[in-house]
Amino acid sequence: MLYHSHVLVCAGTGCTSSNSLQIIENFNQLLAEKGYDKEIQVIRTGCFGLCAAGPIVVVYPEGVYYSHVKPEDVEEIVNEHLIKGRPVQRLIYKETDERGINTTLNESDFYKKQHRIALRNCGMIDPENIDEYIAFDGYKALAKCLTELSRDDVVDIVLASGLRGRGGGGFPTGLKWKFAKAPESDGKYVCCNADEGDPGAFMDRSVLEGDPHSVLEAMTIAGYCIGAQQGYIYVRAEYPIAVKRLRIAIDQARDYGLLGDNILGTGFKFDIDLRLGSGAFVCGEETALLASIEGKRGEPRTRPPFPAVKGLWGKPTLLNNVETYANICQIILNGPEWFASMGTEKSKGTKVFALGGKINNTGLVEIPMGTTLREVIYDIGGGIPNGKKFKAAQTGGPSGGCIPAEHLDIPIDYDNLISIGSMMGSGGMIVMDEDNCMVNIAKFFLEFTVDESCGKCPPCRIGTRRMLEILERITEGKGEPGDIEKLETLGKNIKASALCGLGQTAPNPVLSTIRYFRDEYEAHINEKRCPAGVCKALLSYTIDPEKCKGCTMCARQCPAGAITGKVREAHVIDNDKCVKCGSCMEVCKFGAISRK
Amino acid sequence: MKTLQELEAIRQKTIHELNLRKNREDGVRVVVGLATCGIAAGARPVMAAFVDEINKRHLDNVTVSQTGCIGLCRLEPIVEVYTPGQEKVTYCKVKPEQVARIVSEHIVNGNPVVEYTIGSYE
Repeated sequence: MLYHSHVLVCAGTGCTSSNSLQIIENFNQLLAEKGYDKEIQVIRTGCFGLCAAGPIVVVYPEGVYYSHVKPEDVEEIVNEHLIKGRPVQRLIYKETDERGINTTLNESDFYKKQHRIALRNCGMIDPENIDEYIAFDGYKALAKCLTELSRDDVVDIVLASGLRGRGGGGFPTGLKWKFAKAPESDGKYVCCNADEGDPGAFMDRSVLEGDPHSVLEAMTIAGYCIGAQQGYIYVRAEYPIAVKRLRIAIDQARDYGLLGDNILGTGFKFDIDLRLGSGAFVCGEETALLASIEGKRGEPRTRPPFPAVKGLWGKPTLLNNVETYANICQIILNGPEWFASMGTEKSKGTKVFALGGKINNTGLVEIPMGTTLREVIYDIGGGIPNGKKFKAAQTGGPSGGCIPAEHLDIPIDYDNLISIGSMMGSGGMIVMDEDNCMVNIAKFFLEFTVDESCGKCPPCRIGTRRMLEILERITEGKGEPGDIEKLETLGKNIKASALCGLGQTAPNPVLSTIRYFRDEYEAHINEKRCPAGVCKALLSYTIDPEKCKGCTMCARQCPAGAITGKVREAHVIDNDKCVKCGSCMEVCKFGAISRK
Repeated sequence: MKTLQELEAIRQKTIHELNLRKNREDGVRVVVGLATCGIAAGARPVMAAFVDEINKRHLDNVTVSQTGCIGLCRLEPIVEVYTPGQEKVTYCKVKPEQVARIVSEHIVNGNPVVEYTIGSYE
């Protein structure tokens, strides 16, 4: 007998860390106890995208969408909904719409404006079951390529689709395939860059966790196209769930003869192995990544020769990002015109963004290129929490820049983002509100790149370090006139002279914050003031004697013993002792403490 | 090693099982009352029979779901059939052996089985 209900539980990294595996176990156990395990099936899926509302449980055929489910809620869902058909109202995800009307999931703002191609199967199928992938047209694109299309046809289709690399650079994918196909060689390689290193980015992880076969299938197609027999996926070891599901997927594909010798009886031979990265950011750069696969130190080298000519072990190599591959099969199946009909003139298709920071719907969204930042943040993302004002969005992580409020209505695509001093990057999008200090943000990203610089070339190794030192001085209140200009000169020179993408983009967060928030830098340097109230060294806390009731709460809370005063008398903060932790302000019930 | 035909067979078999997960507004909905009253009156085998019959006939546009107590506990098991553009039809005191007829006459051919409906029972 078939199941009459499917219970889909998100087992992506986000929901797993809030205990979704326990939820799955509770469902299975309870359904078995009550004798319903033959009627109701529990399925673990990849990411649904709405990580802020996790753990997510969806019950079909009704399509009821539960959010913030706890393991102890399972009993109620089983008893009430699954057995008696009464959905548990208090757990159903309700979108906060101003009319007060509950919308169904597909009509909700979060999903309505999205268009899922790379994420099409995430949250729909069991990623550990190849049959479910096959059911949703999986391996159909591969079959089509092997039986109907020539290698040139595949290149033409990818070229015509207008697909550009989703890893950040935005190089036309079809051209890459063409270049890798061109040279005659006794061995070629297809590699997948799953070394997603940007802080706050988790698009590739979610694709691998939710739909690993889509990447395997696309790599096999790429192998056929360029004439390679071996593929490698370079994935970071910090993604244990993705690694596990990839391993399962590779085994299942080999079992079905979709990897290995004589694929689908066509005589084509291709296999894929994993290579685990240890988390060095620079290994996301293509030449460093290939060096790391070879077992060498992950350091970039000069290009040319490009990997398409001389890559892994000196052989022509095709290297694409996870999300790029995730689009390929759909392009083959639906045709390049279908893909090219979405997006803007020079950026086709969709892009996945990982929304994070000061935003209500933290999570994963896939939008057609050309969607405005405003739509992403206010409609899909649900706006900024606590009624705060939007200040800037950081895209492209440590390589990208900030987009200020004045550019909220710019359509997002590769070229527009570059023209305003940011970049698409791999798709991390961190939203900042008025409480974020832009100097501090720039410092944060620069700290990251200083740590991650491989040290091979001096502009990056020494230059970014010098920039960081200036920024540290500024945030400590020791900034000097001329610092901003020094940062700009250094930044421009590093961009022009660094060896690889890491160094060439490292100054971007600093340069773009200077471009749009120069006044904040000036306030730090000239007035020794942090307008957002973040840089500790520039803050001072004071107690308003009018408002202070002398409850002694703050004095008891102060870890440094900086607050003195008698009971029922106004207290005073000794700014020499104060460590600016702000805990006095948090505990004061009378709003008597202010920060400047 | 799988051939193209075997791959297609897996696809057909599995898509059928996954049909459940499609969000659709069109298509026929069969709703079985599965509150305590319904379960006590034997609604579970009725629901199972519907799922079985519909899968046997590969009726991919039909979903079977459950609902709570409709309020007519004495007439359970109650089954409602919603067809787009038509008034819903309510069957009462449904037995598993009646299900095949409801599926073939009503859902497939569009002629409700009047003698099983609540209207003819009351």
